[in-house]
Amino acid sequence: MSYKLKTKTVFTGDDNLEKIIEELSNMRGISGFEYRINEKIAKMFEPYCDSTQIDNLGNVIVYKKGKKSNKKIMLEAHMDEIGLMVSGIDENGFISFVNIGGVDSRILPSCEVIIHGKKDIKGVIGAKPPHLQSAGEADKSVKIKDMTIDTGLSAEKVKELVSVGDSVTMAQSVGMLKNNNYSGKTLDDRAGVAAILEVFRRVDKIDADLYASISTQEEVGLRGAKVSAFSVNPDMAIAIDVCHAVTPDNSKEAFEAGTGTVITIGPNIHPKIADKLFEISKKYDIKTNTEVESGNTGTDAWAIQITKTGVPTALLSIPLKYMHTCVETMNLKDFEATVSLTERFVKESDEFSEDWLCY
Amino acid sequence: MLLEKLCNADGVSGNEKEVREIIKEYAKDYADEIICDTMGNLMLKKCGKSSKKTVMISCHMDEVGFIISGINKDGYLEFQSVGGIDTRVIISKKVRIGKDKVKGIIGLKAIHLTTKSEREKVPKESDLFIDIGAKDADDARKYVKLGDYAAFDTEYEKLGESSIKAKAIDDRAGCCILCELIKEELPYDTWFCFCVQEEVGLRGAQIVANRINPDIALVVESTTCSDVPGAKEHEYVTRMNYGAAVSIMDRSTIVPKDFSQWLYNTAEKNGIKVQYKSLVSGGNDAGAIHKSLAGIKTASVSVPCRYLHSPVSIASEKDIEAVKELCRKYLTGIDEII
Repeated sequence: MSYKLKTKTVFTGDDNLEKIIEELSNMRGISGFEYRINEKIAKMFEPYCDSTQIDNLGNVIVYKKGKKSNKKIMLEAHMDEIGLMVSGIDENGFISFVNIGGVDSRILPSCEVIIHGKKDIKGVIGAKPPHLQSAGEADKSVKIKDMTIDTGLSAEKVKELVSVGDSVTMAQSVGMLKNNNYSGKTLDDRAGVAAILEVFRRVDKIDADLYASISTQEEVGLRGAKVSAFSVNPDMAIAIDVCHAVTPDNSKEAFEAGTGTVITIGPNIHPKIADKLFEISKKYDIKTNTEVESGNTGTDAWAIQITKTGVPTALLSIPLKYMHTCVETMNLKDFEATVSLTERFVKESDEFSEDWLCY
Repeated sequence: MLLEKLCNADGVSGNEKEVREIIKEYAKDYADEIICDTMGNLMLKKCGKSSKKTVMISCHMDEVGFIISGINKDGYLEFQSVGGIDTRVIISKKVRIGKDKVKGIIGLKAIHLTTKSEREKVPKESDLFIDIGAKDADDARKYVKLGDYAAFDTEYEKLGESSIKAKAIDDRAGCCILCELIKEELPYDTWFCFCVQEEVGLRGAQIVANRINPDIALVVESTTCSDVPGAKEHEYVTRMNYGAAVSIMDRSTIVPKDFSQWLYNTAEKNGIKVQYKSLVSGGNDAGAIHKSLAGIKTASVSVPCRYLHSPVSIASEKDIEAVKELCRKYLTGIDEII
């Protein structure tokens, strides 16, 4: 059932950007379980828009009416995170689980988690201890089916509070490292959500109607954005997501953290929007990198582009280290570059000609 | 709460100062003599009604962790583990480094960038690194230097009905128990010994025993508890919530039968939950103490601890209480043993 928030409440969170990113990163909503967080996110947007709405798939659709309402621009980021789901409870109360979205099982042993059962329950992921492993097992990673969650609760209590199908999120939060590097549980893609929130804070009325889709179920197949783009039916869209940052164990398909926002080009991207983004970044001296993607960008931009009769779409990405672990790390300079570029693009859109996107 | 304070303190082997200070501050008023030796072992003497026998009870202050062994040109830190750490449990975890507790993370490249065969293998410790957000080597050196110790960045918390989760329960549980028991009135002069460097080879306890020269010693430890799925019942070693674990033998010590038997029977007689440590594995300071000087009658009693040597261990408050009560019986019942 679609849900409309009736009253306008003022966002009570700290004005500080870092706090907002932290608040979003620490929210707990894996794909399909965004109902746990979407109302909170809608409330964060409320002071900076005319309305928010939650659709049938849980997407938050944010609307800021334009001065002329001559076109519709949609900004998009996804709110869901990767995580785990309870698949069984054994006679001693140990909980088995499966992954939701791409989880590298190597990050899980000794990971602290929260099980979202009848109430939130803390747990620790355990596995067979090393002294019981046979020779040759030692250098093999533990499979998800061989791990369980230990809650310290009796079997009866676990069975009373936890059911098969309950969602499980990673408990860890990190915070600021040196040099504006922020590390958190879920910057993919709450960093994108924070960026769009910040754009809405900075942008007053423009000619066009400005929409945001804070979408669900990206991690399991770009599902939420498909339907939000349908109902918004924008004239153009910019998806904001994360891409890989260079780390000692990988430099392929990756960008140095701290060197700017990443503009993607390729068949998923409308070339004129990409050109405009480059042009504006030069004009305002915003640092950018270019990512060439020959096909599927693996982001909601891929779904949005072919909605209805087609949506001219672009993609901005924040380089992120250790994506899909509990220590995802971005540089706030890249975050700021992403926000600034989006903000400038939206503000300058008043000047775009009627037919600027035609080939 | 003392145990919380002890577990949240960092004391990787060779760097036990923070833990030692907490213990000294807490227990000093109850001690009649305090010795801190050149290696950092802390020994507190509690005079008893008689000096005819010298009693020792010991635990270790140190925990497993890391030492920074290199800084690469991009400012990432290379490290070595201190004590036995399974590389599998450290990926995607937080650490804190050095005196200033610089925040660091042990990252791993994104799953999107890995192959299936890569994911099936555990990365080597030497391929992992700590990220503190430094720009380059020079920048990293502003915050961290070679030889700085790093500990897991885990907060002590209650878990479930009567359990706790924390790092370093091995052996801060023992430290906490000793800190409580030193308040007792005791029959004989008793040395409460807080040893260093257990995790790298039972090194502190060796020189403590040499100095104290006790007539009898009891080691208070935290030991493996593998009553978890995937392990067969005979592989459990100890079981959580089944009480104090009395050792018969491990890789370092064969406990004198009469001593281990006395501990077990005394527990049973007094309604203290007790179990035998049922698998010959690991070792503890008893291994060093019983071979000291001309030989010392030594036993050990342990708190069962799941996920030992990982960023987050779990122990039962009831088991800790059982170990404490059994230790109390030991301190007051020496005449029944020797």
